[in-house]
Amino acid sequence: MSTIKVFENWKDQPLDEILWLCQETVEDSEVMTVKRWRKAGGKVLGHFQVYFPEEIAHAAGMLPMKMFGASVETRNADSRFGSFLCSILKTSLEQVLSGRVELDMFVTHPICDAARNLAPIWGRNYDYPCQILYLPQNPNSSYSVQYLKEEYERIQKVIEKVAGREITDDDLKNSITIYNRNRELLRELYRIKKDMPWLISINEAYVLMAIGGLIRREEHNEILESVLPMIEKRKARKQDRIKVVFEGGFCEQPPLDMLRTIGRSCYVVDDDLLIGMRYILEDIETDNEPLHAMAEAYINKSSYSPVQHDLRKPKEKMLKERVKNANAEAVIITAAKMCEPGLEEQVTYTQEFDKDNTPYFVSEFEENMSSFDHLEMQLETFVENLIFD
Amino acid sequence: MNEVKSKDIVGRGTREGAALFRDWFQDLTKKAEEGETAAYVFVMGSLAEILHVFDLPMVFPEINSLQTAVRHVADDFLNTAEDYGYSPDICGYVKADFAMQMQNGNHPMGRIPKPGIAVLTNACNTYFKWGEIWERIHEIPMVSIDVPATREAGTRTWPGDDQFEREKKYVKVQLKELIEICEKITGKKFDIDRLREVLGYANTMSRGWKRVLELNQSRPSLFNALTDGTVYLGMSNVFRGTPEGALYFDRLVEEMEYMSANGIGTLTDEKFRLSFIGVPCYPIFRRFNEMFTEWGGSFVMSTYLWFAAGGTNLGVQYDLENPLDSLAEGVLISVRDAMDSMFHPELTVLEQTEEFHIDGVVYHPIKSCRTTSAGMADNRRALMENSDLPSLFIESDMMDSRVVAEAQMKNRIDAFFEGLESRKAQAAIMGGA
Repeated sequence: MSTIKVFENWKDQPLDEILWLCQETVEDSEVMTVKRWRKAGGKVLGHFQVYFPEEIAHAAGMLPMKMFGASVETRNADSRFGSFLCSILKTSLEQVLSGRVELDMFVTHPICDAARNLAPIWGRNYDYPCQILYLPQNPNSSYSVQYLKEEYERIQKVIEKVAGREITDDDLKNSITIYNRNRELLRELYRIKKDMPWLISINEAYVLMAIGGLIRREEHNEILESVLPMIEKRKARKQDRIKVVFEGGFCEQPPLDMLRTIGRSCYVVDDDLLIGMRYILEDIETDNEPLHAMAEAYINKSSYSPVQHDLRKPKEKMLKERVKNANAEAVIITAAKMCEPGLEEQVTYTQEFDKDNTPYFVSEFEENMSSFDHLEMQLETFVENLIFD
Repeated sequence: MNEVKSKDIVGRGTREGAALFRDWFQDLTKKAEEGETAAYVFVMGSLAEILHVFDLPMVFPEINSLQTAVRHVADDFLNTAEDYGYSPDICGYVKADFAMQMQNGNHPMGRIPKPGIAVLTNACNTYFKWGEIWERIHEIPMVSIDVPATREAGTRTWPGDDQFEREKKYVKVQLKELIEICEKITGKKFDIDRLREVLGYANTMSRGWKRVLELNQSRPSLFNALTDGTVYLGMSNVFRGTPEGALYFDRLVEEMEYMSANGIGTLTDEKFRLSFIGVPCYPIFRRFNEMFTEWGGSFVMSTYLWFAAGGTNLGVQYDLENPLDSLAEGVLISVRDAMDSMFHPELTVLEQTEEFHIDGVVYHPIKSCRTTSAGMADNRRALMENSDLPSLFIESDMMDSRVVAEAQMKNRIDAFFEGLESRKAQAAIMGGA
């Protein structure tokens, strides 16, 4: 199963063409990569944002599909939700209700009050397992690693049942190795973006990363291994733009056109877009008990997001650190509309940056928004103020 | 029926509850003025059982916030928070409390002490964001007790199951960690016998709460789950694990048993027995209920009385011989049930429809609370697929009067009752035929 390739036409293509193909795939509401996988007999585990230990599903030979919303009209999903909710909830369910995506298992997480409802909603509509993976919400407890290891064992059993095969420690170690390599390559992509942001725009880097959520990671690794050297050799001139950090993309994703708009006036040198793909900051050990190593990495070697409370990671300090490490001059603090954790964090962030006069730009977005003229004008004014200050 | 006894006993729970509530607020005001700090806790898993052992006064910010709405001053509080930068789309409870913190704890019922510690569970994710606000303002320890909830409908585990025992261990370790922090901040040593005493009172209250809810199967109903029930609910939270709370619930059970035995009901001429799903509409608390009682609609059941009681509606009894272990087990079962009541309310409603003689279900999703509201539309769809219970779906808020459209709400409620009446008339014709 793991030899099935679902995204091959990028090979031997020039960089711009590869980036275009990635964009086309990420924006494809029909999610053809997943369809191809299924057509070849593969099973699919769809998991909602932010972080899911994909290695377990991967080790079972399944395709872990990262459900990060889609640009689709929510004709069917609207009747399953009320008002005052973020868009990604609805579009993720719409992908399935409309038949665009077919799953064998769905997993959500207790990231926010709305997302926790997804498993019950999904479960009332589908017969396959629709579960919450209870990632620990008290990572500061001395027992959290052990608890998480046991929770991973629990979900492994459900996955084995769906996949129809047992997952051995060797399977897991193999998958961890593939994912470690993937995270290493993504770190490299982000290093290029930080040190030479003129070589790759935020929207290009985004599609290059996001496609990894729709294909097997060994395929993603192949793409990154080919593309990263091409980016470094790219002939692009450094322009006079300010360096910014983009924050607010941990769950619902801003439209690509919004990222493009930002990229026209700023170099985005770091961000939290699809942070779950880069949540584990270091390699997961492969010489010990794999699920324990994965749990340990989630608790002790991970990034931050507004949806995880960890006394060791006050969000405002973490963002400040991100800004400092990226040598950014300003921050774009966004939140998806109706995203309560994101909107709450906006206040915290702005209060913190007021303390040392770090410039920031506050905005809200929705994945399906299509007009950015106003944003562009405001952002240009913000940038000009900084440049001519 | 002895009229003197009836006069004394009927409505006693509401009267005594209101008086105890006032005293409690006054006591908190006194403590605030004397500069004492309190433990800030939440209704879904207050951990009062442990906090009482350390004699920590408790503040329930959810209750303070809803008081601003009931007393029609919530908009001022919300505006203060929104001026500070909090979005209109954020939970109104959080914003009202933030405004309270900004004005030195003053609120319509008095003043609340500053926090010395915040204790929360994961029953609501917003609890975390809320606690983080206090963490930043007051630089206090924030302790979370993570209670693994049901992963998928129908997969609950119970004592003796491997998964349950593993999760109980996780909860127990966290309780011990909470105890260590309480010892540190109060300078008091943990007293297991005091815990036994508190658990004993909590047992009486949980047992009583379960019985009170069950007794509302009586026809006519003994109390309105939306109005009277909210008073009892407040008592079950605020006085949990205290002798006052235990006595109150003993007397409340006595009142309800008496009413049931004597066929005494609420003041509503009960024509339709309703189940309420969600959080009350506090900005028009009385009026909201009136729109139903005017049609003879009586709320005999409310999921609010389950989840906002932290699942104590199950009546879980702690084993006083094995207090800490039993507390971990009770917290896991009860808080988990509170979550299930929000995510799968239709399962319990359907299960109890016959016993409670339910004629219709009212869903009340609100802007402020996505935990209770996000799944309601789909829940209603499932309810309709699995029963022929009529249902009503009205959106508003528990705090923000800007999204409470009373006239529109009344139209929908009237239409709902017209439907219920016509259904009843048809059933009568069919029965007659």
